[in-house]
Amino acid sequence: MAINSLDPRIKRADLAGASGFTALSEREHWEPYAVFHQDKRGEQHIFVGIVHAPDPELALVFAKEQFGRRKKTVNIWVVRSSDIFTFAHEDEDMFATIPEKIYREAAGYPVRKRINKYLHDLEESHK
Amino acid sequence: MSEAIKDLLYRIADDELILGHRGSELTGLGPILEEDIAFSSIAQDQIGHALANYTILHEQFGEPEPDSIAFARGERLYKNSQFVELPIGEYDFSLMRHFLFDHSESCRYELLQSSSFTPLAALAKKIKGELKYHTLHADLWIAKLGNATEESHARMQSALNEAMPYALGIFEPSDYEGELIANGTFVGEKKLQAVWLERIMPVIERAHLALPDLSKIEPKFGGRHGYHTEYLLPLLDEMSEVYRFDSAAVW
Repeated sequence: MAINSLDPRIKRADLAGASGFTALSEREHWEPYAVFHQDKRGEQHIFVGIVHAPDPELALVFAKEQFGRRKKTVNIWVVRSSDIFTFAHEDEDMFATIPEKIYREAAGYPVRKRINKYLHDLEESHK
Repeated sequence: MSEAIKDLLYRIADDELILGHRGSELTGLGPILEEDIAFSSIAQDQIGHALANYTILHEQFGEPEPDSIAFARGERLYKNSQFVELPIGEYDFSLMRHFLFDHSESCRYELLQSSSFTPLAALAKKIKGELKYHTLHADLWIAKLGNATEESHARMQSALNEAMPYALGIFEPSDYEGELIANGTFVGEKKLQAVWLERIMPVIERAHLALPDLSKIEPKFGGRHGYHTEYLLPLLDEMSEVYRFDSAAVW
């Protein structure tokens, strides 16, 4: 049985024989998949990163190791990155004034003043 | 009885230790990063299974500490099949061995889930999820490469032909088959081989590979009785290098 070791301590890569770069064939050109990780049933799947894979099945297998081997995991989704729709980063200005719109935060509601007054009064009455 | 169970534990554990070590030789050499990590992680799992079995040997039968069992035995005392000690070769061979061996491992533990020897039954139940992942990984690759290109198909077929006599060696009967079967410890190697064959056939068919005629193959027996190929001793020397330097080393 001919054994051809891949161990670099046994056999060095034949770099001298390699001339320049070779283009990847279509099959070797794997696609990126976005990975979504769920740590508990009922919780949302959270985007955690990407893996490269030739098909969705292997993307799941790879994602299990890349993103599920060190933390609690109950489920994983993979989605072809090319299937994700997105805004262009140039359109970031659509979000530019958001930080000013504090009235959209719960902290900006008028009721806050009444709550603070109530808490203040409560404190006073205990004095 | 304990001799029979000890022999069974040693076969299982030594297979896992040696194949785990072989698998780890591919770390950093896998065809792509994701596959490299997956294959390495599977190798780590297998070394973990070896440790679990050595721990049972130590705790239930008074055998030495797991580290001593793993690193300080003579070659003739290893009960692993010759299949797992063969060098990693090209990736096609390593994948094919992963496929053939891990299915035998998975079937073995499935059958052990109802073993009358409860520590082994408990271990079998504990690791069933890991084994499910290992065989899923192997099955996907075998089916994919069997169906990809002419070259990949030819290479997987020749890896299968090369591996099969050694794979059959996994099922080398022990001297205790009758005893293990009679008291419900294990159903025996012959039954295991039949279950294994049923399990791998659908994948081999999906991959459009041809199963070699098993009746014409002479299984590579010997490993279970301590007779090994020329490849085991160098592996043991390398694996036990740190242990021989400092047997109490921790990290």
